Amino acid sequence: MFVYMDHTATTPVSPEVLNAMIPYFSDVFGNPSSVYSFSRKSRGAIEKARKQVADALNADTSEIFFTGSGTEADNWALKGTLEKGKIAGKNHIITTSIEHHAILHTCEYLKKVEGADITYLPVNSEGMVSVDDVRNAITDKTAIVSVMFANNEVGTIQPIKEIGALCRERKIPFHTDAVQGAAHLDIDVKAMNIDMLSMSAHKMYGPKGVGALYLRKGMRPENFIHGGAQEKGRRASTENLAGIVGFGEAFEILKGRLNEDKAINSSRRDRLIAGILERIPHAKLNGATGDNRLPNNINFSFIGVEGETLLLDLDAKGISASTGSACSSESLDPSHVLLALGLKHEMAHGSLRFTIGRLTTDEHIDYLLEVLPEIVARRRAMSPLWEDYLKSIGEK
Amino acid sequence: MALDYSQKVMDHFINPRNVGEIENADGVGEAGNPKCGDIMKIYLKVNPDTKIIDDVKFKTFGCASAIASSSMATEMIKGRTIEDAWNLTNNAVAEALDGLPPIKMHCSVLAEEAIHTALNDYREKHGMPVIPMEHHED
Ligand SMILES: Cc1ncc(COP(=O)(O)O)c(C=O)c1O
Ligand code: FES
Repeated sequence: MFVYMDHTATTPVSPEVLNAMIPYFSDVFGNPSSVYSFSRKSRGAIEKARKQVADALNADTSEIFFTGSGTEADNWALKGTLEKGKIAGKNHIITTSIEHHAILHTCEYLKKVEGADITYLPVNSEGMVSVDDVRNAITDKTAIVSVMFANNEVGTIQPIKEIGALCRERKIPFHTDAVQGAAHLDIDVKAMNIDMLSMSAHKMYGPKGVGALYLRKGMRPENFIHGGAQEKGRRASTENLAGIVGFGEAFEILKGRLNEDKAINSSRRDRLIAGILERIPHAKLNGATGDNRLPNNINFSFIGVEGETLLLDLDAKGISASTGSACSSESLDPSHVLLALGLKHEMAHGSLRFTIGRLTTDEHIDYLLEVLPEIVARRRAMSPLWEDYLKSIGEK
Repeated sequence: MALDYSQKVMDHFINPRNVGEIENADGVGEAGNPKCGDIMKIYLKVNPDTKIIDDVKFKTFGCASAIASSSMATEMIKGRTIEDAWNLTNNAVAEALDGLPPIKMHCSVLAEEAIHTALNDYREKHGMPVIPMEHHED
């Protein structure tokens, strides 16, 4: 059995999306910028996709700019806005300690190269940023506030509308990385006071290597990719035609079934969470519960075991999952998100993330609940840390 | 990170040899890894006359490569004298596993250090001079 429980890492391109893309590789291949009539079809396809993305967010088509990825959209928003802000003497960025590396590493770069001041806001034990903390961090030098819509590791959904209102009132550009949020939640950029929003197609059953940045009318970050006059002169490079078509189609389909998916996913999520808590002693859920959690995210820590070993044991049973363990990161550092939630190193070590989606069935949940307890118990039995833990709580 | 482990590593990870504890062990040693916070514990049963390691068991908290290194290292010192066992290097363990990914070499160091600590614990308890431990960079 192939049980894919890593929909947050990426999703398969859905058959409808693939079908919509196919004509744009070899048949309708004209360069959208060319003058002849053959290219009109390519231009038309891009404008249709732009409308699909704009409609999904309640934005205007003139506010959607296609990029090469979610990472690029994040880079553009931060670098372009800071560069613009510096002209007016503003070099302060407010962000959070649980952002994706696309934001965190961009901030580190801006600190190093542009001398930017960065405030990394803390989160509570459920992974939630406080609006008051944002308010208190704002200075007259603040160039941009960037808070992710929903976290990719623990699934906590942030108070975006409130932070947006605060930034609007203080006239500070507000960016949100909605690469995960847009794939699961209803987003209305107007109602939520969002100035800039990053998205990525491959998290929503679209192709990899295409994303978009929403820029509210009047938002004019400096350009990030320099070259030709594509995207109204704001983002150079010949458009990824088939990719953009796929993105538009994927987002429209996603929105059409959002409520249904949300209901199915959150009920399976809660069944999996309850089942793990019931079957595995000393399992700890990381993140929030209920409506403050992405409907497809399940993240647990199992004290006494290391995540990479659990991933390999699960893989041997056909299950694909993910971990925040130090041992499985290139840097040998545990997940910065789990540490920001206040987890001790050994708890971050024993973390597992399951993210469900369209490939998930009820049988997958049953199967996982059947195999996971044995796997955890077997690895705990070989662990000196587990033994120490049991002694420390008087169970041995 | 993609996990490109050799078949030997996977074999020792999936079916580790010598897992467990020895009651009233003659030597016990523990090593921790400052890099990622892993722990390995070694228990030795040593024949008092021949100084041959009759039995060895381990418990490890760490990644697949740490568990496989523990398993392989215990196999390699079983049946050897305590002098001989001291000479087991982490490189020899990694080689016996058909190699480890470069970023995972430090997991085999854990095995070497835990064994050295257990051997020194034995030596100390039996009135033999302890041997200074070498500290690895990796
Ligand atoms: C929250 C978040 N931001 C940004 C990204 C990067 O998106 P992309 O893979 O399109 O560059 C991801 C994907 O892992 C993500 O989860
Ligand atoms: S024990 Fe942490 S990487 Fe091997």
